[in-house]
Amino acid sequence: MSNVTSTQVQPIRPWAASPLDRAITGGSLVASALFTILLVAVTPLKGKLAYFFVFFLVWFVIDSILVMRRYGTKGIRDALAAKVTLFGAVIVMLAVTSILWATISKGVKGLHISLFSQTMRTTSFTDPFSNGGMLHSIIGTLYLILIAVVISVPMGILTAIYLTEIKGRAAGLIRFLVQAMSGVPSVVAGLFIYAAIILNTPLRNSAFLGGLALTILMVPTVTRTAEEVLNLVPRDLREAGLAMGATQWKTVALVVLPAARSGLITATVLGVARVAGETAPLLFTVGVFDAINPNPFKGGSGTIPTYIWAGLTAGTTDSVQRAWSAILVLLIVVLILFTLARTLGNKRMKAK
Amino acid sequence: MSSTFAPSAPTASAPDPRKLTTKHRVSDRIFRAVVTAFSFSALIILALIGIFLLTKGLSAFKEQGLHFFTSSTWSVTQDANGKDVNHFGLAAMLLGTVLIAAVALFIAVPLSVLTALFLTFYAPERIRTLLVSVVDLMAAFPSILYGLWGFFILGPMAEYWAKLINKYLGWIPFLSVPQPSFTRSPFIAGIVLAVMIVPIITSVSREVFSQTPLDRVQAAYALGASKWGMIKAVVLPFGSSGIVGGAMLGLGRAFGETVAVYSVLNIVFRPNWHILFTQGGNVASMIIGQWGEAGKAEISALLAAGLVLFVLTLLVNFAADFVVNRAVKSGR
Repeated sequence: MSNVTSTQVQPIRPWAASPLDRAITGGSLVASALFTILLVAVTPLKGKLAYFFVFFLVWFVIDSILVMRRYGTKGIRDALAAKVTLFGAVIVMLAVTSILWATISKGVKGLHISLFSQTMRTTSFTDPFSNGGMLHSIIGTLYLILIAVVISVPMGILTAIYLTEIKGRAAGLIRFLVQAMSGVPSVVAGLFIYAAIILNTPLRNSAFLGGLALTILMVPTVTRTAEEVLNLVPRDLREAGLAMGATQWKTVALVVLPAARSGLITATVLGVARVAGETAPLLFTVGVFDAINPNPFKGGSGTIPTYIWAGLTAGTTDSVQRAWSAILVLLIVVLILFTLARTLGNKRMKAK
Repeated sequence: MSSTFAPSAPTASAPDPRKLTTKHRVSDRIFRAVVTAFSFSALIILALIGIFLLTKGLSAFKEQGLHFFTSSTWSVTQDANGKDVNHFGLAAMLLGTVLIAAVALFIAVPLSVLTALFLTFYAPERIRTLLVSVVDLMAAFPSILYGLWGFFILGPMAEYWAKLINKYLGWIPFLSVPQPSFTRSPFIAGIVLAVMIVPIITSVSREVFSQTPLDRVQAAYALGASKWGMIKAVVLPFGSSGIVGGAMLGLGRAFGETVAVYSVLNIVFRPNWHILFTQGGNVASMIIGQWGEAGKAEISALLAAGLVLFVLTLLVNFAADFVVNRAVKSGR
């Protein structure tokens, strides 16, 4: 019995790459890069994208050969799939990088103090971009956002409360309609405010009407995020409130909403980020205005998106420079809002 | 054994037992009524949009009749007596809208599905969190940013690609051009839109992919499937309706996009199906293009065009919602 040969099985770590594997992966990458440079240099292909595509093609081929030797044709398909998905993700990332890089590199040139301290009252868009600024646009956009928030946040949160707390018979329908509303094109929101208010009442272009148009675009975002957040509030809290003898109204107002506070702020911030850069509806409802207008109900108002729009459509070097700088400012605002929403959201997840 | 806890005889002063009821109290009834009333705001707003655009655009519909959809001329001229002669036809714009959206979907769907697969199954944890944030951020970029980028950065590059495509694939009818002019074409507008809808399609597909039942995934691996084999046999069949739904949501966005398309497209009121050629149409962009100098009759026509756009996007979104919900629910 004792002379059964027992082979010492060396335990291996099946999923970790051995040094040899790493060397092969790295080697194939380096080889592909070298081959790509050679190919692009020799053939009439040119440009950064040529490098990109040729590199991926060469890498596919070289790696396939290596994989083929170890795992056969099935392995080739598997390896190829991994690379093709990477290829797709890289293209998307290239587009984002290109957008961010263009905005930063072109926008930085026009950033200066007067951009934030002056208006366009005495300046035309085609003047050198060191004159004039977008102070009026910043104030106007703040007005618009404030108006939109004041209207759409209560609306959105109440709708979300209906969906999560009351769960009425129409909940399915409402959820469906909110989804449909989030698909309303921004241009249609502007046209609607124009057709409903400007054509029917004495009210004319103003920050208030712009805020109304933005409300239409903001409500679905706020509602959907708020619904998600309220759903995360534990049932126990609600039941505890009711068991203590509170009415449903008190439970919602004093227990559920405070528990979801940071999430509701996230919902608001996401809504603001959604509408802060909307341009099309403002062209019908606010118009272009070159000075600070303290009255949001009468007279046009400057806004950052329409400032960019005016700079773009004026079409001279200086006006386009204004547009790039303004879009950089807008992008930074959106980025800050976005990060804010993310951090608040993450804190909420961790707290749970 | 007699219980010491035997209830004593009721005395005359004991209160009546509390009445139990499932009826809501007054404060709750008010609360529920208010919340329910507000929850119908979405319905009311959607209905109002339809009603106001219809009433204000009705005169254009009546005046133009079916020509509104079949003709491609858009002009306000005066006849010999100084009377306005209006021609408002959307055909070229509708064709252009569909064409651009088709180009956008053709580019965006494969890219998004690949990205979603990469994010769900291939990316290491740290890269995944970063990329998911980046893709979400993309969705928050203002559309005018895409417009500027499309016009100044992508435009010149895409023009070069268009020339290449035309040179080697020009024998395919819709890739030919009547004249060698490639700027501001539907092709370029389509690429810009593709970049804009990638985040939508990616996040919907990712959501559906990540709901693939784990037991099926493990069954595939247990049967010896490679990762790609598993994806092909389990994930893609399971997630296909999610991809379709995401693509339709993207399509809805592509139909309604205004500023970005206006910046990169040369809008001409003539039907053009050569996607590489410098002529295109788009309902939403046409509206802001014509708005500036529009008179009363033309504004009515533009509002009517807005209604057409509204109905179109609403239908696409309804369908998308239906498909996505079915996809999510079918995950048992």
